[in-house]
Amino acid sequence: MAEHFRILGIESSCDDSAASVVEGRPGAARVLSSIVEGQASLHAAFGGVVPEIAARAHAERLDGCVMRALDAAELTLRDVDAVAVTAGPGLIGGVMSGVMLAKGLALGAGKPLLGVNHLAGHALTPRLTDGLTYPYLMLLVSGGHCQFLLVKGPDAFSRLGGTIDDAPGEAFDKTARLLGLPQPGGPSVETEAAKGDPRRFRLPRPLLGKSGCDMSFSGLKTALLRARDSICAESGGLTRQDRADLCAAFQAAVSDVLVEKSRRALATYLELQPSQPALAVAGGVAANAAIRTALERLCESASVRFVAPPLSLCTDNAAMIAYAGLEMFQAGGRADMSLTARPRWPLDASQTPMLGSGKKGAKA
Amino acid sequence: MTFAARHFRAMGSFQRSFLMRSPEHTAEFARALGQHLKAGDVLLLEGSIGAGKTHFARALIQSRLAVPEDVPSPTFTLVQVYETPDCDIWHADLYRLTDPAELVELGLTDAFEDALCLVEWPDRLSDLAPEDALRVKLELTETEGQRALVLSGPESRRAEIAALEAAA
Repeated sequence: MAEHFRILGIESSCDDSAASVVEGRPGAARVLSSIVEGQASLHAAFGGVVPEIAARAHAERLDGCVMRALDAAELTLRDVDAVAVTAGPGLIGGVMSGVMLAKGLALGAGKPLLGVNHLAGHALTPRLTDGLTYPYLMLLVSGGHCQFLLVKGPDAFSRLGGTIDDAPGEAFDKTARLLGLPQPGGPSVETEAAKGDPRRFRLPRPLLGKSGCDMSFSGLKTALLRARDSICAESGGLTRQDRADLCAAFQAAVSDVLVEKSRRALATYLELQPSQPALAVAGGVAANAAIRTALERLCESASVRFVAPPLSLCTDNAAMIAYAGLEMFQAGGRADMSLTARPRWPLDASQTPMLGSGKKGAKA
Repeated sequence: MTFAARHFRAMGSFQRSFLMRSPEHTAEFARALGQHLKAGDVLLLEGSIGAGKTHFARALIQSRLAVPEDVPSPTFTLVQVYETPDCDIWHADLYRLTDPAELVELGLTDAFEDALCLVEWPDRLSDLAPEDALRVKLELTETEGQRALVLSGPESRRAEIAALEAAA
């Protein structure tokens, strides 16, 4: 049996500053503490998320996060086996703040340092939450990315496809903006969609007819805009019912695309003949009840386990970084003081890029 | 430079309108414009949601990269920076900004000096917008997939930008 480790994780690649302690071994670990300081929810009333963009903000908050994470776990720095930190991809100033802090802590406490890819943190989260065994299929939604990944090991990821333009979360946010609904768009569009008729407006299902697992959501936004404007031109404004119907049509289109592309990704994945087949869906997509139900149904029909880690561990957090660090540590990975922040760091560098690779959008 | 002189200089500008027939045509135009841009240039991308600002920026950035890579929407991250053989390219989406002071924190005002910057939602710049910036404004037309594109900029760029007429 593998050894148990305690890893301190630090994350600061986007808006939130976070620290966490995770204990255990690969595939069987638990979160002792997870502190996230952000301010997204405070600003929901202003029709958008106000970003904490300054590296200074992370620098000011991060050491406090680490102290609180250690306190909550009732540990001191002496009790952890290693310090894991997000080394990219992300906003460079934030990532640098985290890396500098981690280096200082590792050096001061004489602990090994681990540089973790933020996306690997997301991709390994189902191992932390549900103990999934390799290989599993992951629909990973993070920042501007949305991709299907075959996760074959702690540092073995193959991208099967993903969005060539906007991520679904962004499409939901922009739909909310176009229809005068509050941010974040995911929950507000979902609430409206529940009152609407998805059949009244027919929005496109971009790339649905194309083979492969690539998706496009940018054209959907434009189609929605046109539908909205034509109603306004005809009747001088939008009724609540119009808005609900538009939301329902939009959500149905996103759901159809995600389900069909997941079906294809599953087919590729199942060729590997995994002993315990599973699809993990991380991010806001799984928080949408309609989309989640559709994906669950798909998995049921394919006899594949459906896993959706809790949203608190799908949004940016440090527990996933600590856990990914734990897998690295177990495998003998170590960083040194030359660790640098990487603004871009694809998980699967062997694949050609999807975003803007000249593939056509909605009408192609 | 006095306010009047600066104002006068800003007035010396050109403006050209183009009709983009399709998303691919818009991408071609972006790539052609990209050939004329260098470090220190700022391109402001204007237009409503769904007008195609990111589509335009993505095509331009892709055409300048030595090694192809993803060009995700910068809406969540605010800024994406790309290293190219000629210069760094900054792709910014300022929609989520509330205070122009944040631009300085982001390093965007410094980047205006030594990188090629593509900026979506440039109204958030207020008076931090460089006066010699080029502007591309995209608007939906009655026809699906089509866009009206207006390119404007300082008089000093007129001749060089005129070459784009052929590409359009």
